[in-house]
Amino acid sequence: MRYQFMTAALAVTTALPFAGPAAATDLEVTHWWTSGGEAAAVAEFAKAFDATGNHWVDGAIAGSGGTARPIMISRITGGDPMGATQFNHGRQAEELVQAGLMRDLTDLAARDKWAEIVQPKSLLDGCTLDGKIYCVPVNIHSWQWLWLSNAAFEKAGVPVPKNWNEYVAAAPALEKAGIIPLAVGGQPWQSSGAFDVLLTAVGGTDTFLKVYRDKDAEFAAGPEVAKVFKAADDARKMAKNTNVQDWNQATNLVISGKAGGQIMGDWAQGEFQVAGQTAGKDYTCLPGLGLNEVIATGGDAFYFPLLQDAEKSKAQEALAEALLDPKTQVAFNLKKGSLPVRGDIDLKAANDCMKKGLDILAKGSVMPWTDQLLSQDTQKQKEDLFSEFFAKPDMTVEEAQKRFADIVASAD
Amino acid sequence: MSKSERPNQLFRNLNAKVASIPMVLTALVIFVGGSAWTVLYSFTNSKLLPRLNFVGLDQYYRLWSTPRWLVSVENLLVYGVLSLVFSLVIGFMLAALLDQKIRFEDTFRTIFLYPFALSFIVTGLVWQWLLNPEFGIQGVVRGLGWESFNFDPLYNSNIVIYGILIAALWQGTGLIMCLMLAGLRGIDEDIWKAARVDGIPTLKTYLFIIIPMMRPVFITSLVIIAAGIVKVYDLVVAQTSGGPGIASEVPAKYVYDYMFFAQNLGQGFAASTMMLLSVVVVIVPWAYLEFGGKKRG
Repeated sequence: MRYQFMTAALAVTTALPFAGPAAATDLEVTHWWTSGGEAAAVAEFAKAFDATGNHWVDGAIAGSGGTARPIMISRITGGDPMGATQFNHGRQAEELVQAGLMRDLTDLAARDKWAEIVQPKSLLDGCTLDGKIYCVPVNIHSWQWLWLSNAAFEKAGVPVPKNWNEYVAAAPALEKAGIIPLAVGGQPWQSSGAFDVLLTAVGGTDTFLKVYRDKDAEFAAGPEVAKVFKAADDARKMAKNTNVQDWNQATNLVISGKAGGQIMGDWAQGEFQVAGQTAGKDYTCLPGLGLNEVIATGGDAFYFPLLQDAEKSKAQEALAEALLDPKTQVAFNLKKGSLPVRGDIDLKAANDCMKKGLDILAKGSVMPWTDQLLSQDTQKQKEDLFSEFFAKPDMTVEEAQKRFADIVASAD
Repeated sequence: MSKSERPNQLFRNLNAKVASIPMVLTALVIFVGGSAWTVLYSFTNSKLLPRLNFVGLDQYYRLWSTPRWLVSVENLLVYGVLSLVFSLVIGFMLAALLDQKIRFEDTFRTIFLYPFALSFIVTGLVWQWLLNPEFGIQGVVRGLGWESFNFDPLYNSNIVIYGILIAALWQGTGLIMCLMLAGLRGIDEDIWKAARVDGIPTLKTYLFIIIPMMRPVFITSLVIIAAGIVKVYDLVVAQTSGGPGIASEVPAKYVYDYMFFAQNLGQGFAASTMMLLSVVVVIVPWAYLEFGGKKRG
């Protein structure tokens, strides 16, 4: 009896692929969105997916991507794959795809015309390997933002800076007022990311690409990059009293006015929003540190491990559709503080900072980010270097640059 | 005995031998097999997934030219030597003091052993708070009026490893104390009486009579402490996550980070092989002296 029923149910779902809530399938989705703003955003996805008649089983992994990714990868390679999982699109899941552990979404993408709706186009490149599409990009996150606390600058009696150079000049005044000029948390990826932002802002997009895309070690040891290291030296002096670890704790220092500013990706915006602050009034954002207004098309994407279970595979497709749905895109990205992956939706409710981001995106000033250009191995070496550089005041700029050039030379 | 009985030697105590097969297999397959597999793959350029693509000693060259690995090894040496010396000295002294037939011995023993009931993670978190300059010891002393008092080992690259050492000693010496106390209790009362009759001072009795007699206890303690040193990982993760910068990194953390965060199995395997090698270098001569000697004698 039971077997017959199952077959019948299966036959029905196969016959009517989009007949609504015919079979409620549980699909476990793992991600590392656990801070206040992030959790609110991911709840939008869960809501949209549940509305398709399936059931979103939340598999949030606390910590950050660095903690979560090894757990996700070991589950997939260990034969216990989840229904879907977040990664930053780019090279993080490259080998899992090569090993055939991820589901090929090319047919689904063709049917739903992803190539037409996903903007900018380079986002899908991050999901593509050997001409096949393996992930659904859900948002654009760019690192190149400087978040400034208006209250902190008011207290120090200096105007809110308009770019990085003014900010560095204002640092002594902030310090005198008992404010940490720049908040950089102790997690290694924060200092490494802050350097990459300085590389694009102070060095320029071409410098960034020459170092990370072309992996030109000689150039990385040269005078152009030396300027960037000089700026990084300023940054570490400004950040030396930040005794916090997590990025959101560092953002909190800015929100509470204990720190002047933070170089952090636009995910920090969600924290400002949760704290009830208004862009332009309570805080100021400077894309590209006010020097080079570009947006890196990094971001988050969902990958779907290859599953044997036909029902779950069906639910994966439903999830992929729900993620790209215009309404979900708006709801999710407003809460997350990130930019949507579709160009054809209207973000009326977007705040000042997001509008700045959307403008830059509309102008087409986009560039690839380290997740697309460098392997995790190289990224980790970079993190080791910059966390040491930021924590050790007696490490000279020259030594750091030499070691940086070595990493670039052996990068893959 | 007649010759016909000799082949039966293999089947003597057959039940016991059959019963030990699972453990023998576990040891061979998991410990020896796993180690051999790791060593083999450390010569490959495996990234996220193990692949047999040999690159010779490349992973080892890279390992020994990586500043973070060198810092890790140096930290392990400092931590190892100090933790070994202090665990034994403090553990023995506490045991000797408890052995003076004091009142409330049970209470003190419980207090000293109690930290051992906590995991390294909890220990690490407790000491992270205690050593936090704003809320911990420094904050309290400053609150009492010594404004210039400075004690923030976890935020100072040069001494961070000592901050970790303090937590490790707090957690581990209780166990060593108990082992030592058991050893001291195992010493015959008559030896003390004889020493007293001969007029040997107490300190000398300890140093030249009691301690040499406690050799097996010291060896046991040594093995327990040494094993703890090589694998120290969770304490560092809980207290500092290797920071500030890379100042409190340890080899076990390097292995984990490179295998899983950096998706570079080859590099992680090379580092773990070096850890295995260091254990072998310590264990083999010791085992030879300890067990080889007995066979000869």
